[in-house]
Amino acid sequence: MRDSDSVNDFVIRFANVNGTGSASANGLFAKAIFRSGIPVSPKNIFPSNIQGLPTWYEVRVSEKGYLGRRDGIDLLVGVNPQSLKDDIKSVISGGYFVYDSSKKLHDEFLREDIHMLGIPMMRLSMDNYEVPRHQQLFKNIIYLGVVLALLDIDVKIVQTLIEEQFASKPKLVPPNFKALDIGYQYARDHFRCPLPFRVEKRDLIGDQILIDGNTATALGAIYGGSTMMAWYPITPSTSVAKAYETYGKKLLVDQETGKKKYAFIQAEDELAAIGMVIGASWNGVRAFTSTSGAGISLMSEFIGLAYFAEIPVFLVNVQRGGPSTGMPTRTQQGDIMSSAYASHGDTKHPLLLPSTPTECFEMSALGLDLADRLQTPVFLMSDLDLGMNDHLTEPLKWDKNRKYDRGKVLTAADLEKPDLDWGRYLDIDGDGIPYRTIPGTHPSKGGYFTRGTSRDEYAKYTEKGEVYQRNVDRLTVKWNTTKELVPAPEYYQEENRGSHGIIFYGTTSYAAIEAMDIFKEEEQIIDAMRLKAFPFGEEVLSFIRDHKEVFVIEQNKDGQMRSLLINELNINPSKLISVLNYNGYPITSDHIVNEIGEYLSVNELVNLHSS
Amino acid sequence: MSYTKPSFSHPALPRNKVGYLKRDYEGAISTLCAGCGHDSISATIVQACYELNIEPHHLAKLSGIGCSSKTPTYFMSNSHGFNSVHGRMPSIATGANMANKNLIYLGVSGDGDTASIGMGQFVHVIRRNLNMTYIVMNNGCYGLTKGQDSATADFGSVSKSGGGESTPFQAIDLVGMAMELNASFVARSFSGDKTQLLPLLKAAMSHQGFAFIDVISPCVTFNNNTGSTKAYDYVRDHIDVLGSLDFIPKEDEIKVDYDQGTEKVITLFDDTKISLSKLAQDWDPTDKYSARDKLVQSKKDGHILTGLLYIDPTSKDLHQILNTVDTPLNQLQETDLYPGDDVLEVINQGFR
Ligand SMILES: Cc1ncc(C[n+]2csc(CCOP(=O)(O)OP(=O)(O)O)c2C)c(N)n1
Ligand code: SF4
Ligand SMILES: [Mg+2]
Repeated sequence: MRDSDSVNDFVIRFANVNGTGSASANGLFAKAIFRSGIPVSPKNIFPSNIQGLPTWYEVRVSEKGYLGRRDGIDLLVGVNPQSLKDDIKSVISGGYFVYDSSKKLHDEFLREDIHMLGIPMMRLSMDNYEVPRHQQLFKNIIYLGVVLALLDIDVKIVQTLIEEQFASKPKLVPPNFKALDIGYQYARDHFRCPLPFRVEKRDLIGDQILIDGNTATALGAIYGGSTMMAWYPITPSTSVAKAYETYGKKLLVDQETGKKKYAFIQAEDELAAIGMVIGASWNGVRAFTSTSGAGISLMSEFIGLAYFAEIPVFLVNVQRGGPSTGMPTRTQQGDIMSSAYASHGDTKHPLLLPSTPTECFEMSALGLDLADRLQTPVFLMSDLDLGMNDHLTEPLKWDKNRKYDRGKVLTAADLEKPDLDWGRYLDIDGDGIPYRTIPGTHPSKGGYFTRGTSRDEYAKYTEKGEVYQRNVDRLTVKWNTTKELVPAPEYYQEENRGSHGIIFYGTTSYAAIEAMDIFKEEEQIIDAMRLKAFPFGEEVLSFIRDHKEVFVIEQNKDGQMRSLLINELNINPSKLISVLNYNGYPITSDHIVNEIGEYLSVNELVNLHSS
Repeated sequence: MSYTKPSFSHPALPRNKVGYLKRDYEGAISTLCAGCGHDSISATIVQACYELNIEPHHLAKLSGIGCSSKTPTYFMSNSHGFNSVHGRMPSIATGANMANKNLIYLGVSGDGDTASIGMGQFVHVIRRNLNMTYIVMNNGCYGLTKGQDSATADFGSVSKSGGGESTPFQAIDLVGMAMELNASFVARSFSGDKTQLLPLLKAAMSHQGFAFIDVISPCVTFNNNTGSTKAYDYVRDHIDVLGSLDFIPKEDEIKVDYDQGTEKVITLFDDTKISLSKLAQDWDPTDKYSARDKLVQSKKDGHILTGLLYIDPTSKDLHQILNTVDTPLNQLQETDLYPGDDVLEVINQGFR
């Protein structure tokens, strides 16, 4: 049952038909909450379809700043006849269902325990607009007006947003204002406004921004100096490429000539996309690609080449539901294993695990640095939720004096040094990382042959077992160096206090952080650690050692991060307990709290019996 | 294994215009089978680069996987080389070329590498008109995996590994396909015809855009038997050479007399020229349609047509299509790429 009176704490869901222009109206709603100074977390739940299928837009409004998904829909705006029945069912008891009453609802759809608010949206729209397409579009704005009235949201905020949106087409402003007003007035005239739960302006946003992870990732790549991107369209990574292109045109164009300081190529498939990145990186530019699970599978052979030939590659994996085509428009953290160990033979790759768009931005630039520094493929493990939904996040920042870390690259002058004993795969510094040269650097020095087959320290082909082994053992030294270079985990306590801990990463963090507050309220002591990267350093091991049992919370079926921890840190599997969510919806704090609570109570019972 | 050669050189050996000896263009000693057509092509590449006065470090040699793809080890030791994965050299070349437009890119592939596993990348690199030379050392079989038929094996051709049975499938003609895909330079040659291959290679490497040369290159171990259409004897008997071809460097131009009647002279973007003499009546190498007709006709006649079939010296390469800056992308620094103070704050503001 929905709490009666509350302010700035509810979940609203819009149920629409894909391709009917609802996204814009729904976006205005989320932005209006943001501009009201209240933390907001919108999620698109969309089909793999361009037009016609049901799509939902779910917005959580949380004064406390919780940005994870929450179960229970308080207010549902249902304008999709196809999903009406299920939509009505999905409203929490005591909640509200707003629908288009232009056509009468089936009696069987009616529910006694929720408030059914009918508004003749289509009729109002047809009475006021002539063109059929307009009738459809303004119907969306009409329901937005209704929602503003029901929740007591300042209409001026939305009006300003509309003015901004149509700054270049001011003619469109008045009809939008009119539609907004039609809905607003209708709600006021027919229902008690506001509802018991409503919006009140706050100042809780500070200088934060509302941005999707994919845009932030692309911007990070641009600031990080990537001048080459090759990709193949795949949801949910496509918008990384799109944003790179959009911002490339703005930020990476020579003012005088209009020529581009970047190459942006839509490849024929993912095999080619990664090949282009490898070729470009080999030849000295910072290149990257973005893809999703199926693309990683295709790229695997080339990833092995880049690993073994030691070529920097920066790869963005915006994970979606698998296996196979799986749930292509739903979120998952299902490629942890296939990315960490991508390719054949003994291969391992660093993973960066952002949990906010700001971290997408930072880790995108960092990933380019690490790829160059380590001369290896580096993965940024985003997901559909992070990549395609807007998130409230810290503003993007860049130190203008920051230099790219291009790693160990020899210049012509370096190559001239008389005592230089250079071998492409020779470890001089003891960190496992050799020095490389870029083609064309020097007329007679520094040329070498790059290949995926075994070779000696001087890049000469060999099939000698001991030379091969020496080389792959050096790669282990490099792997150990990697542990020191990737971001350390984040802790949520000064020091460990209890016998239990939780480990989480990426978008699971939103719900986990909220769950931690619930534990605190229940006076349960649970320590927490957020992983920011693979490979795991010493700290990760000591956190696990310090606790009797540790819950690993993640969004896949097989507990992939748990497996990785067990495998890489040699942990007794019984110590790590999976808390999983893999239904395609972002994980909720309730789910985490319930699973952990249940485990602990069952085990305490077991302990009682056995003592 | 690759073996290095002794590096003694006689002071009187001739140097080219950029000061290099011919041996500076050579590579490690080949480990291919004695008599393999691929080795003759490598030798011609060495000669072409020497004569074109290419500084070895200004050339990148790229390949896929196969006996043919091993050859970059056997020429141009001082050039950077990249032996990539099977069939995927075109994407490596595309990326490399995007990073530095000032190098010369020479790709070497096999018929297996190109016409089967790498077909997807081959057709798309043509479509993008990447500025590179792409050589297929075409032996109609997979040499390195012991002679299985490749997709260029002609219908009815008999190979050693086929156990006496002939190829039941129609062959893919890479030359016809390249033309169909609007490649801007299409040629065919024969590893045994150095006189033709040398000027062709020089022209290809001077062409701005995608230059494709399909070189029939017999595999002496698996596909040089009677009944094979890729055997030395068969090719020699059926070859049809399209006129004769001369590559004219810029500085030699004044010395050459063109015979307007029987010769066609094509000027490349860098002002070097190709002259073609003894032209066939019904064919003009700058006319795609006549070139296609010529190809179809010779196929009908059971001939292997070689020479420069088609060239478009004015085509735009991928850098021109993408409109990239003149400076190679791999030379751009922080100062060139930093979007400027306050830009990020303006971007942030757009998300509030
Ligand atoms: C992904 C992959 N599949 C198979 C192979 C095995 N393989 C190596 S070379 C080759 C065929 C090479 O044929 P071709 O390109 O015609 O070269 P040739 O040896 O005839 O010169 C194959 C199938 C491989 N290296 N990689
Ligand atoms: S097997 Fe054939 S292609 Fe390979 S090296 Fe020997 S002759 Fe050449
Ligand atoms: Mg072959």
